[in-house]
Amino acid sequence: MRPLVATLVTAALLFLFFVPMLTDLVGRPSLLALACRILIYAMAAASLNFVLGYGGMISFGHAAFFGVGAYTVGILYAHFASGELLFGFIPGSNQMLITLPAAVLVSGVFAAAIGALSLRTGGVQFIMITLAFAQMLFFFFVALKAYGGEDGIIIRRTNELAGLNMRDRVTLYYVILGFAVLFFLGLWRMVNSSFGAVLRGIQQNERRMAALGFAPYRYKLYAFILSGMGAGFAGALMANFLRYASPDMMHWTKSGELMIMVILGGVGSFFGPIFGAAAFMILETFLAGWTEHWQLLLGAVLLVIVLATKGGINGLLARIFRRGA
Amino acid sequence: MILIAEQLLNGLQYGVMLFLLAAGLTLIFGIMGVINLAHGALYMVGAYAGTWVALQTGSFWAGLPAALIAAAVTGFVIETLVIRRLYARDHLDQVLATFALILIFNELITIGFGRQPVFTSLPAAFSGSVELLPGLPYPTYRLLIIATGLAVAGGLYILINRTRIGMLVRAGATNREMVRALGVDIRLLYTIVFGLGALLAGLAGYMAGPISAVQVGMGEQILLATFVVVVVGGVGSIKGAFVAGIALGVADTMLRAFLPGMLRQVMNASEADALGIGIASMGIYFLMALVLLVRPRGLFAAGG
Amino acid sequence: MTILAIDGLVKRFGGLLATDQVSLTVEDGEIHALIGPNGAGKSTLINQLCGEIAPDEGRIRLAGQDITNMPVPDRVALGLGRTFQITSLLGDATCRQNIAMAVQARQGGNFRIWDRIAGRRDLWDQADAVLDGSALAGRADVVVHDLSHGERKQLELLIALARQPRLLLLDEPMAGLGHAESQDMIARLREVGRSVPMLLVEHDMAAVFALATRISVLVYGRIIASGSVAEIRANAEVREAYLGAEDELC
Repeated sequence: MRPLVATLVTAALLFLFFVPMLTDLVGRPSLLALACRILIYAMAAASLNFVLGYGGMISFGHAAFFGVGAYTVGILYAHFASGELLFGFIPGSNQMLITLPAAVLVSGVFAAAIGALSLRTGGVQFIMITLAFAQMLFFFFVALKAYGGEDGIIIRRTNELAGLNMRDRVTLYYVILGFAVLFFLGLWRMVNSSFGAVLRGIQQNERRMAALGFAPYRYKLYAFILSGMGAGFAGALMANFLRYASPDMMHWTKSGELMIMVILGGVGSFFGPIFGAAAFMILETFLAGWTEHWQLLLGAVLLVIVLATKGGINGLLARIFRRGA
Repeated sequence: MILIAEQLLNGLQYGVMLFLLAAGLTLIFGIMGVINLAHGALYMVGAYAGTWVALQTGSFWAGLPAALIAAAVTGFVIETLVIRRLYARDHLDQVLATFALILIFNELITIGFGRQPVFTSLPAAFSGSVELLPGLPYPTYRLLIIATGLAVAGGLYILINRTRIGMLVRAGATNREMVRALGVDIRLLYTIVFGLGALLAGLAGYMAGPISAVQVGMGEQILLATFVVVVVGGVGSIKGAFVAGIALGVADTMLRAFLPGMLRQVMNASEADALGIGIASMGIYFLMALVLLVRPRGLFAAGG
Repeated sequence: MTILAIDGLVKRFGGLLATDQVSLTVEDGEIHALIGPNGAGKSTLINQLCGEIAPDEGRIRLAGQDITNMPVPDRVALGLGRTFQITSLLGDATCRQNIAMAVQARQGGNFRIWDRIAGRRDLWDQADAVLDGSALAGRADVVVHDLSHGERKQLELLIALARQPRLLLLDEPMAGLGHAESQDMIARLREVGRSVPMLLVEHDMAAVFALATRISVLVYGRIIASGSVAEIRANAEVREAYLGAEDELC
């Protein structure tokens, strides 16, 4: 199994490297934008999967962290453009190496606050309280007239990075791909770390873990913060890619879509969110191009997948390979 | 003073509306353990079906049974085809499957009725207003909604506390295993509860038609507020749904009515309005977070 | 030295007194057995000791330290080990991983997100040391879902031992075991008892008489007798409490 995974990952990376040439080859350059979105959503979904799949916490408000990450980039850009200091002492920035860490930090702070409160509950209450906090943030940004209110912030130019020409679509794609590779390498380390083992233990049997001396609350909160940071990172890249940040990014249906990606790919599997994000975005693009009523079909597909399959796409692949091996 | 009284009544009217939806939702969750995001779809189906019949026949009252029947039948179909398969699943599957139902119903309604809101008129007998207090005229239709909501609350109280079905419902909300162990036809009980919930949702949707737009997505707007009511009231508790529904309905309405005005005292008008509405929209979520932090299982949590 | 001291513990469920002024101690080197008919309140007592239920009155001290209102993990950190009556394990993990998790809990460093769990040599060595010579030595890499009931009971004990507790609370370790398995478990517990004091809640009287250095009898939430094996066997009140319900006390 192990060498097989390594081979597949190498093949996938090669494929991703040649995506810009392939899209040019088939004469559909718009597919490159789709690939960018898939990579970004894969990171957001993988972040959600970290708490949902590995930690057993069903967060229905993860779009909030995605949005906070995007807004961090947007607000820093707005202050960079206007030259005014944020809160009177923070200068704006258009440097990706500043805005991305800032987005991760800010979304981490939000995740810490929301997680610390939400994790005092469990079950359906946890689902609903995470949703509630996300809604609060959504309405907060809608009301935030200084940063565009409902319309959000326009980012006139993508952040700068190491002198690259970020207006070039292909360059931007490789930048996003590079960040995605780093992201998933980091995630791989976390999942296989001491902390990752504890987190999976808590997901399997919280009572047992407490009886071993682990305080579940602290570990879950830590996972929640890391996950929020990951989602914020993805959101920051999305703001750079779309060149805007808007409240829509943290609408509750976006949280639902992230959950759909996770379950499409397979809950608690490492590569699942990538498949899930790809499947969702391709399905959406394909169906939307085919019929105006694509949500009907999406709903039907989703319903069938939830009711009829176990383990999503990743589970399906695992079963196929196991049968083949 | 008059203004406050009027907004209180508006809040009460919104509150009973929330209660009509929350009553079904809280029972469905309490008894079957299913998170049903598609409850808002039943509200929408009731509104569309009733309004359509009312427009065809020209009679508000002809639309009422149509709304109830359509919502109940839809509820029955959903329960049989989808929800029934979710009883044994975890919350995640439930959230996603019913989320899928929302997408499906929204598109079905769009295909059938288009994206434009459908407008409907008040029944003739309730199109005026009465002067409740000197200087406080109030639309009779809104009073009708309040009366209907209170009547349903009373009816549910009797149903739950005085009948055999009610006994099973109470037992089910407290201890699901026990009802199973009693040898009751649990399938039938589930279907009845789901049907009842759907009926109330359809009623709420139809009643809401004349005072708010009948449009695709109307279900989700109120669904989230309804979930807040259910969670604040305590999952499985009709009493909790009633108390929390009224309280949150009033709180939400008052915030929306008065907060922008209060903020205008300290900042310029357009910013005050935006901020006021923003904070008011956050209000019920904020209250929910507050309640859950003090009582993680809600105000009137039923059983263990 | 007194390792566990329970003093005047009371727990009410509504009008029911589940624990009624219970006081008992576990001394170093002791296997203190707690027996009593079904519904006597043994599980309620164990759960209060572990911290899963809060008592209404009374105090619990572990090695002199008051743990009455301490959260579960903190008690465990102080050396309170337990096994579950209905086994509670990490179902998707192997025996070795389950034991390693206990070692991991003891060693700490578990907020590290940048190390490799597979690379913590010391962790796996210690887990293997616990497994070596145990009944599960040949089953190290079997997933818990595929273990028999008896093997799961064994694993419960190994996990508790891997945590190196100062006191073990054993909640019916014999429950559901066959005769041969019971004999194995008794031998194993006797061996463990030489180094770790235990509070043993058990229905299997043969095991209790084989292991206990002291026995306390719990009936309707109250301790009605406490003494050596011989004293308890001879106690008329104890016989009466058991008569009709269970007459295993021969």
